[in-house]
Amino acid sequence: MLVRLLLPLALLAACDGPQSALDVAGRDAERVARLWWWMAAGAAVVWCAMVALTVACVRVDPRRHRDRAARVLIIGGGTVVPVVVLGALLGYGLASTPELLALPPPGGLVVAVSGEQFWWRVRYHPNDSDVAAFELANEIWLPVGERIELRLSSPDVIHSFWAPSLGGKMDMTPGRVTRIALEPTRTGVYRGACAEYCGDSHAFMNFDVVVVERAELVDWMERQALPAAAPASEEAARGQRFFLADGCGACHTIRGTAADGVVGPDLTHVGSRARLAAGMLPRDRAGLARWIEQADRIKPGSHMPMFGMVDRSHVTALAAYLDGLR
Amino acid sequence: MTQRSPRASIEDPEPYRGPIDPALRRAQEERLLRVWENPRGLRYWSAVNNTEVGRWYTSTAFLFFLFGGVLALLMRIQLAIPDNDFLSADQYNQVFTLHGSVMMFLFAVPILEAVSILLLPQMLGARDLPFPRLSAYGYWCFLIGGVFVCGSIFFDAAPRGGWFMYPPLTTKVQTDVGADIWLLGLSFIEVASIAAAVELIVGVLKCRPPGMRINLIPLYSWYILVVAAMILFAFPPLIAGDLLMELERLLDWPFFDPARGGDPLLWQHLFWIFGHPEVYIVFLPSIALVAMILPTFARRPMVGYTWVVLAAVGTGFLSFGLWVHHMFTTGLPGISLGFFSAASQAVAIPTGIQIFCFLATLRAGRVVRSVPMLYVFGGLATFVVGGLTGVMVALAPFDFQAHDSYFVVSHLHYVLIGGTVFPLVAGLYYFYPMVRGKLLRERPGRIAFWLLFVGFNLTFFPMHWTGLLGMQRRIFTFPAGLGWDRLNLISSVGAFVLAAGFVVLLVELLRPRGRDPWAPRNPWGAGTLEWLGENPERPWGVRSVPEIDSRYPLWDQPDFMREVDEGRFYLPDAEEGERETLVTSAIDAEPLQCLRLPGNTFLTLWAAIATGGAFIFATFEWWWPTLLSTVAAFAFIVAWLWTGTSTIPEKPTKQVGLGLTLPLYASGPASVGWWAMLITMLGDLTAFVSLVFGYFFYWTIHAEFPPAGTTGPGVLWPVIGGALLLGAWALTILARRCNRLESGFAFQLSLVAAGVLAVAGAAALVAAPRLTGLDPTRHVYAAIVWILVVWTAVHAGAGVAMHLYCMARRAAGRLTSRFDIDIANVALYWHFVAFTAFVTVAVIAGFPLVT
Repeated sequence: MLVRLLLPLALLAACDGPQSALDVAGRDAERVARLWWWMAAGAAVVWCAMVALTVACVRVDPRRHRDRAARVLIIGGGTVVPVVVLGALLGYGLASTPELLALPPPGGLVVAVSGEQFWWRVRYHPNDSDVAAFELANEIWLPVGERIELRLSSPDVIHSFWAPSLGGKMDMTPGRVTRIALEPTRTGVYRGACAEYCGDSHAFMNFDVVVVERAELVDWMERQALPAAAPASEEAARGQRFFLADGCGACHTIRGTAADGVVGPDLTHVGSRARLAAGMLPRDRAGLARWIEQADRIKPGSHMPMFGMVDRSHVTALAAYLDGLR
Repeated sequence: MTQRSPRASIEDPEPYRGPIDPALRRAQEERLLRVWENPRGLRYWSAVNNTEVGRWYTSTAFLFFLFGGVLALLMRIQLAIPDNDFLSADQYNQVFTLHGSVMMFLFAVPILEAVSILLLPQMLGARDLPFPRLSAYGYWCFLIGGVFVCGSIFFDAAPRGGWFMYPPLTTKVQTDVGADIWLLGLSFIEVASIAAAVELIVGVLKCRPPGMRINLIPLYSWYILVVAAMILFAFPPLIAGDLLMELERLLDWPFFDPARGGDPLLWQHLFWIFGHPEVYIVFLPSIALVAMILPTFARRPMVGYTWVVLAAVGTGFLSFGLWVHHMFTTGLPGISLGFFSAASQAVAIPTGIQIFCFLATLRAGRVVRSVPMLYVFGGLATFVVGGLTGVMVALAPFDFQAHDSYFVVSHLHYVLIGGTVFPLVAGLYYFYPMVRGKLLRERPGRIAFWLLFVGFNLTFFPMHWTGLLGMQRRIFTFPAGLGWDRLNLISSVGAFVLAAGFVVLLVELLRPRGRDPWAPRNPWGAGTLEWLGENPERPWGVRSVPEIDSRYPLWDQPDFMREVDEGRFYLPDAEEGERETLVTSAIDAEPLQCLRLPGNTFLTLWAAIATGGAFIFATFEWWWPTLLSTVAAFAFIVAWLWTGTSTIPEKPTKQVGLGLTLPLYASGPASVGWWAMLITMLGDLTAFVSLVFGYFFYWTIHAEFPPAGTTGPGVLWPVIGGALLLGAWALTILARRCNRLESGFAFQLSLVAAGVLAVAGAAALVAAPRLTGLDPTRHVYAAIVWILVVWTAVHAGAGVAMHLYCMARRAAGRLTSRFDIDIANVALYWHFVAFTAFVTVAVIAGFPLVT
């Protein structure tokens, strides 16, 4: 009965999706997905066996009851079978733990990700350098086919870093640095999210993992390491002046200008990102303007003040400037 | 004054078989009725009898369940479609926090205690539990605390940290009153839960009918014993955690603040050391109901009784070793992951044994179709799914993906609804005629079942998938296009089908049934003692307390029901107009004492109101009302103890029937009060050990602990304080001895001296960190030293209050050399204070010397 009810449901649901643990694009997700399919099949068998056994036990003529048979049922079903099945599962499942926890050899690229209410600060340390080469927000670029270490931390509350298509999650706990490694197997853009409830906009704390070929990554890293582009239009130049004069630089850094705040995201190349505000808005002029004017309405609890009172032309100029920071 | 029963232990006495004088029987029944009758009118609420309290308790817990269910529906409406704005993020956060907290703390745990308070005495052929007033007090605390916590959402002030309240979100960011309501309101209820646990443990151990040896105990009682013991050891770590978090919020002691040496992970450990056993605390009692229902309808005693008992005990033990599987993604080393994965899988084995014993029983018997069995089967089918997904998430690699996703939401609801709610509804149908005297109708039961079963699976089965598609828990909305839309809509529709099932049940429950016939006595043909009750119900519980020699006396002992009814067993009368029940030995159930029970009173209600006031006013930091309430609570509790405990009987012994004479008073290990004190203090000690665990936890995470440049509390003052408290302990024991030797003056003198030493000792302990300038807001080291010192000092202070109480009792002639429960229990309390003081001094003064 249950099967008849649930089977169509299972068929209804596809496995794919940008944030699906079953639409795998990484070595770790692949291992866990394989484990899942095995366990799901096993669980279906066990469940059907249990139901069949229950029905049989109800139907069987009690006169056929023998104490010995009952003992066999209890000891066999309650201990022997579970010990064997669980032992095998444990062996198979735990065998993959070292691989899942394995970090790449030291000295390679390290991406430090800090979960902050409600966005992701991403710093690139090529060759595990002490000082980050550059910083960006809510976007992580990784090379396909390489295992890269991510160093996770948080300055405020507990968050959890989760890009299901690539691998499992890892908590970001204040006062600690946790490590996880990802090994993408397919190029593409994968969605990640904060998995540990972290306050009002927990639902709005997403990120993109962009998986590219090594060469493209090197190219991208070089561009990201450059200082910000100069404003290309008159409007953008006005925007830059407002940015510097209105105090945006108290929270944001734009390398190559006087803005060197560290509270909010580094905006040096904000124009190169696909989305804004941890996945909430498209990164275009309209999106930028909306974010500047009504950050807290879009993302409750955000530390970005709302500048709805600022003159509209200011905002469009700011958006033009930021949009040009490719 | 212990006294072995005079009868031979092997040969059970036979009840008198001759004719019974009907006039005598009528007179006995009238006297029993007068003693056990419930008060009428407003005074009804002063009742303390287990049947009344159990009814209130069960109904209240069920109401909180409905409230939690409505919250769940709000969440399902919000998540029915992407980008919904039915609830704001903040409202949603309050709703999910309260849903989890209400279901766990106001429904799952209390309902088991409520049902046990209701059923246990009947099942044990006892007239009541040993501490009826404690049950009543616990109930009123539960009601007040529960209404307070639930009500907060109507003022937009509900807690919003999730039911596990992880700091620093709950300490640094959510600084509104919500978290305080959670911490104080629920601590208050947890205290009531522990009180009920004490009551149930002593009830099962000491209030069984004569002859009900440990291998004849009804399975339900076995489970309750296990579960109550688990509550005793699981709740205190949470209470300790609550204390630490409240201190951080209120006084800025940095227990979870990494900037000052604290660590948010300590909360997670303390919470889950509670939280994992909690799952089994919730689940085992429902399995216990199944263990009662199933043999009745299989018409066959439980097959593998011993296996079931051992498996229940084993589950209880194992459940304390699994908590880390809730923390698999905190960055633990592989070895811990492996160990706790294996331990978590291992708990499937005792659970499996229990289920297979049930199957073996079904196989051995001829199963009768009935509504309770329908729910049992539905629960089993559901629970097995939860068990199987439990095995999956227990495996660390899979948990890396499943953790904090909707997969886990699905898993836990399969376990809790399959394992707890379905069996509870089975129990509702099964026990309703026992409690209310009328049967529930079959048809609504079956309709409700199918609505619940289909609705439940429709809601929660797709969530496995939603979780694997990456939907994380506790998000108040989600965007379209991630493949979650349709699954969420199905879940939301299912939730309303599920709710419809509960509506059908509710209508059947609330339907007026004045014209329904009384249910026949023992309508299901069960074999256990609770079915001795008559319809309409008589308030005395059992007409006479039977002698038992079987697990299913109603099946196995011929003429049993008639002999009980005719008063042929123990305590068939209430000659002195007192409420009485039998106390028996823990293993063999040899009769030891005829226990006089205190009667109805409003004191417990007043005491609960005052205690509630103390907690509630503290939430809002209204310190004067808090102080007043505390004093009032103290006064009411003392009045209750003074009038209702350790009452000196008018004669030393009493004929209880079957030629047996039992003492009316017992103290020391022979008394139930002594056991209650021992059990309570074991819980108290567990909370203290949790704080000590905190100290060593901080030691493990810091390279230097005490941190460099900090002088600890030194050695001198802690040692002086510890020595003085040990002196107070010794003098308390001396006082007990003086009392026994009839030396009243020496008794009073040693208690005065003990009190003085205790106060001085507490002062010296507090002086230690004070004089060495340890500032508890500066670093967690200072804070943890302070909390250990304060904990010990407060216990010494309570000990002094007990000294004063004993002095007053002796002066009033209510405590004598022979009737000495008070001082015996206070001495027992002081053993624990002495141990606490010793450990505190060893840790704060001794440990820094060693490192």
